[in-house]
Amino acid sequence: MSRSPRFYLQLAFTVLVCAFLVVPVVLSIMAGVTENFFIGIKSGLTLRWVVEVWSLYSKTIFLSIGIALATLAVTLLIGVPAAYVLARRQNRYTRWMEELLVLPVAVPGLATALALILLYGQFRGFRISWSFILVGHVLFTLPFMVRSVLAVMGAIDLKTLEDAAASLGASFTQRFFHVILPNCRQGILAGALMVVTLSMGEFNITWMLHTPLTMTLPVGLADSYASMRLEIGSAYTIIFFIMIIPLLVAMQWMSEPPNVRARARKKQHG
Amino acid sequence: MDNTVGIRLAGCGKTFADGTRALERVDLDINPGETVVLLGPSGCGKTTMLRIIAGLEQPDAGGRVLFGGEDVTLLPIEQRHVGMVFQSYALFPNMSVAENIAYGLRVRGMDAAQKKQRVDEMLSMMHLDSFAERQIDQLSGGQRQRVALARALAVRPRVLLLDEPLTALDAKLRESLRAEIDRLLRSLKITAVYVTHDQSEAMALGDRIAVMDHGRIAQIGSPRDIYYRPATRFVADFIGSMNRVRGSVEGEHLRLASGRLHVGPRVRAEVLFRPEDVRIVDSGGAHLQARIVNAFFLGDHTRLILDLGDAQTIIAETVERREFRPGDLVPVTVDAAALLFLD
Amino acid sequence: MSSSPARREALRHMALLLPVLTIFSAFWLLPMARLVAVGAGGPTGIAAYWAVVTDARYFSSLVSTILLSATVTLATIVISVIAGMFLQRNRFFGRSFLLATLTFPLAFPGVVVGFMVILLVGRQGFVGSITEWLFGEKLVLAYSMAGLFLGYLYFSIPRVILTIMAAAEKLDGALEEAARSLGASPWQVIRDVILPALKPALISSGAICFATSMGAFGTAFTLATKINVLPITIYGEFTNYANFALAAALSIVLGLITWLALALARSIAGSTVAAAA
Repeated sequence: MSRSPRFYLQLAFTVLVCAFLVVPVVLSIMAGVTENFFIGIKSGLTLRWVVEVWSLYSKTIFLSIGIALATLAVTLLIGVPAAYVLARRQNRYTRWMEELLVLPVAVPGLATALALILLYGQFRGFRISWSFILVGHVLFTLPFMVRSVLAVMGAIDLKTLEDAAASLGASFTQRFFHVILPNCRQGILAGALMVVTLSMGEFNITWMLHTPLTMTLPVGLADSYASMRLEIGSAYTIIFFIMIIPLLVAMQWMSEPPNVRARARKKQHG
Repeated sequence: MDNTVGIRLAGCGKTFADGTRALERVDLDINPGETVVLLGPSGCGKTTMLRIIAGLEQPDAGGRVLFGGEDVTLLPIEQRHVGMVFQSYALFPNMSVAENIAYGLRVRGMDAAQKKQRVDEMLSMMHLDSFAERQIDQLSGGQRQRVALARALAVRPRVLLLDEPLTALDAKLRESLRAEIDRLLRSLKITAVYVTHDQSEAMALGDRIAVMDHGRIAQIGSPRDIYYRPATRFVADFIGSMNRVRGSVEGEHLRLASGRLHVGPRVRAEVLFRPEDVRIVDSGGAHLQARIVNAFFLGDHTRLILDLGDAQTIIAETVERREFRPGDLVPVTVDAAALLFLD
Repeated sequence: MSSSPARREALRHMALLLPVLTIFSAFWLLPMARLVAVGAGGPTGIAAYWAVVTDARYFSSLVSTILLSATVTLATIVISVIAGMFLQRNRFFGRSFLLATLTFPLAFPGVVVGFMVILLVGRQGFVGSITEWLFGEKLVLAYSMAGLFLGYLYFSIPRVILTIMAAAEKLDGALEEAARSLGASPWQVIRDVILPALKPALISSGAICFATSMGAFGTAFTLATKINVLPITIYGEFTNYANFALAAALSIVLGLITWLALALARSIAGSTVAAAA
């Protein structure tokens, strides 16, 4: 099939745009595994930079993972019930609440962080603990969890399912765990992936809130870009990519239309 | 079901938070084992009444709901021990057919062996024996409806409440399932309240029909009562078709432009009658010379639109096999006994 | 009391909302209130809020931030429409690969984007090496507004392209066919049918792009702490000069601007919110 010159022009343009995005990623991966970036690949491949990053920054990696999981736990505990109420009661107040929850995302992280420091900075114990950062992450990721669960709750006829369970004698707790939660699985999962990904990559708030003892991965990255050689920054970035890619792939897979996955499932069961 | 009870609504009205008055204060008495159909157009309040009986809505202050002698007004639905079938079936997508049917038993803490036995009972009663492990999204509309019924009946409810269970199905399926439900209700002898806007469903299933209009019960009675003796204009128009003609009174006859009708001592200026009661006669006796406006041959009968003069047209249904052509004159009459009068 | 089950339900709902409300009030509402108060409590009092307009330094900072964000938004939209429509409407070998390269950078924090810019146009950058090889002079853009522009472009393009592709998918092909049957040239079809249909998506994703750029910190921070954009200025006031009141006031003003832009986006196209970068 012959294509018009316009096709090739647009193709070239698009490839250029993609190159703009991809080339530095490739460069950073190369830099992270090359002996010397300025000499290039001729200087040989090595893992010494990755090892050095680990010895310098392993704590940041663990802290980031820990905070991401803690953020997930908190957003699940407080966000899922909130989404339920917002889905069941659709009135002026619940709409305001949704708007309210979105504010920490709409407003620059800098402002949120400043506000937290000004009010709570005086509580030394709190200020220097990782829970200070946790607070910032929860505020930032909560609306994404709520929105994700709310979307699924809106799609299923939540009220009628609940009425049906109630008509069979189920108390609220029974309904919530037997019927409501299982049918929101997809929204909860998508929200969880979103929360973990956002928390792992959060910088604006965390930079203001961190102390030398509570550095997360993005904070460490900034530190390494500023003070370490290019190869170390690149190796550190590679580690970040490795942690982020599975999450992105999982999110991409989740957002596929459900019938594609159902068909795949059916093929498995024959 | 031997635990079945009668239902009584006393002074139950319902005004919603936004001010809509869905139900005026009504009283209703349903006998144990009886099937009452709430029939009416959308917005008439029938679903609201059902939900008040179920316990999903509370009646306005002063209204009471009684099951047997027990006042259940303040009880939430979880504690009323009812069985409910929803218009959308509301089957739990995260559970299999068997798990759905067992759910009411599960929340009551029944042990596994007893649950399985009861579930198997219900599966065979509903002819769903091989469907136990199926997922809900693999079922057809008719199958889902039967699972919904099985689930509602598994717990041996005191009353069965059905909210337009057949509306979501296509016409052929509706008819066959209607017959199944009828058989079921009769054999179980359970008190049932059935909401629908379809009159043929109501006539087929109801021991009594409550025709509702704008939040009120317009008439309650057996299907024959409702059909042959409608109490109000609304009921007359809602059930089947109804012809209405006006004329001038002449002794015991009603005079119209195309002739006269013998009415009898109850004669009035306006009479109503059903299309199937219009008879084509020979030209003797009191009759009307009607002009055929339209003739629709429908296979088992013919529907005629007849002009009686004075801008009055009626619908007639006849099983006569002759050919009717627009423009022809045919003599028709209606027996005095088939005439209805409404204020 | 005839409303007992309804009341019980209302109480239950309140109880389920309580954790969210307490955490949010304690850690955002209250601190924000304090921020506003601090902003007004400095030596210049409430005039600090006008500092962004009255003081030349801060005004220039605000203006450059707005100009930068607006330029980025415009460039992003043009690029995204061309590339996005192309990818949406054509199937060819390598398409999924191109799509993947576009979505991958979505998760990059601003710092990583800054690093990417350095690798491209920094002192040892890729582009610099090429221009040196071609023209004998290294092109270094990273540590200036141009570098920041590229950085903002880097994290904006993936977001906007995906939104536009989603909107393009929903376009009714029948409208374009109707236009063509009436004799419209491809360019006229784009101008008169496609772009107007995409307008809501363009405006909302443009507003999100603008808001994100206005509030972005990490990218500028990585490139140099001297670039004159408002978030960097605020940061400087807070950490270098301990000028809490001014930092507070400026960040409230910035917050209002970004919030307004996002509210505009949401009012046009339902709820979509940017993750800050």
